[in-house]
Amino acid sequence: MTHHLILRVIAKFLIPAILLFALYVQFHGDFGPGGGFQAGVIFAAGIILYGLIFGVDTAQRVVPPKLVEVLVAAGFTLYATVGIASMLLGANYLDYSPLGSEPTAGQHYGILIIEFGVGVTVAAVMIMIFYCFATRGR
Amino acid sequence: MAIIRLHNLFAVVMLAGIYSLLAAGVFVELDAVDVAFTEAAVGAGITTIVMLGTLALTTDQERATARHGPWPLLLVIVTGAALIYGTLDMPYLGDPDAPAQQHVAPRYIEQSGEEIGVPNIVTSVLASYRGYDTLGEVGVIFTAGIGVMLLVGGRRRKDKAEEKAEGEDQT
Repeated sequence: MTHHLILRVIAKFLIPAILLFALYVQFHGDFGPGGGFQAGVIFAAGIILYGLIFGVDTAQRVVPPKLVEVLVAAGFTLYATVGIASMLLGANYLDYSPLGSEPTAGQHYGILIIEFGVGVTVAAVMIMIFYCFATRGR
Repeated sequence: MAIIRLHNLFAVVMLAGIYSLLAAGVFVELDAVDVAFTEAAVGAGITTIVMLGTLALTTDQERATARHGPWPLLLVIVTGAALIYGTLDMPYLGDPDAPAQQHVAPRYIEQSGEEIGVPNIVTSVLASYRGYDTLGEVGVIFTAGIGVMLLVGGRRRKDKAEEKAEGEDQT
């Protein structure tokens, strides 16, 4: 897509802001509205916007489908692993208290990590779905 | 109403996106900011794009269907009436005596600060008290993603050799 100059310029301004906002929502979810689900979707929206404006092939060079496939599973695994880790440290599955020096710190780390896992999986799945639809039939 | 009447699916998708955005506004009004966030991002953003992608694969005109009898309409009316009848028993919005506010909510509100140490109660409920449920939700998304990959993206692997040949032809 070599025309649509305005779209391309605006997108170049917007995409970094979208990605940064996604990271903010991801890691600020403890204090404000947001969390892994929303952040993942916003991050994916940034990548999808890039794909829409500059073409799917360019987007796939930035975020290769192979990597996305791995990330889809990696986020979910990260989440489940946190549960097993807390089980190995002597608490119930997905009870994050023993992960830190004190229970609240442990809870904090646990929530941060599992939210990150959620975000990774959601973003990867959304990008994957976009790739699937965009590359189908050609 | 317009969504039902229109036959141009492109317009339908756009209207659905606008509806999602309005719904997000309603959620903000109800102080459910987290839900509004999700609705705006997923409902108005990603869903619209995926729908447009589907339209690009298929067609943007609805096929004319044979006229249905009165039964679908009757079924919808009966179900809707039953649901509205059910809401009569529900407590008012924000009623402090509602069962939902009596059970575990006070504990979440009073003690999550000490137990979890996270200012956003929604996050502490979602990620910690209800960690299992959230794990299940992520599992659902994971499964959905795998399903889409298998159904829609299945051709990619098979045609990789072909694609490579095509790419070489173009260059």
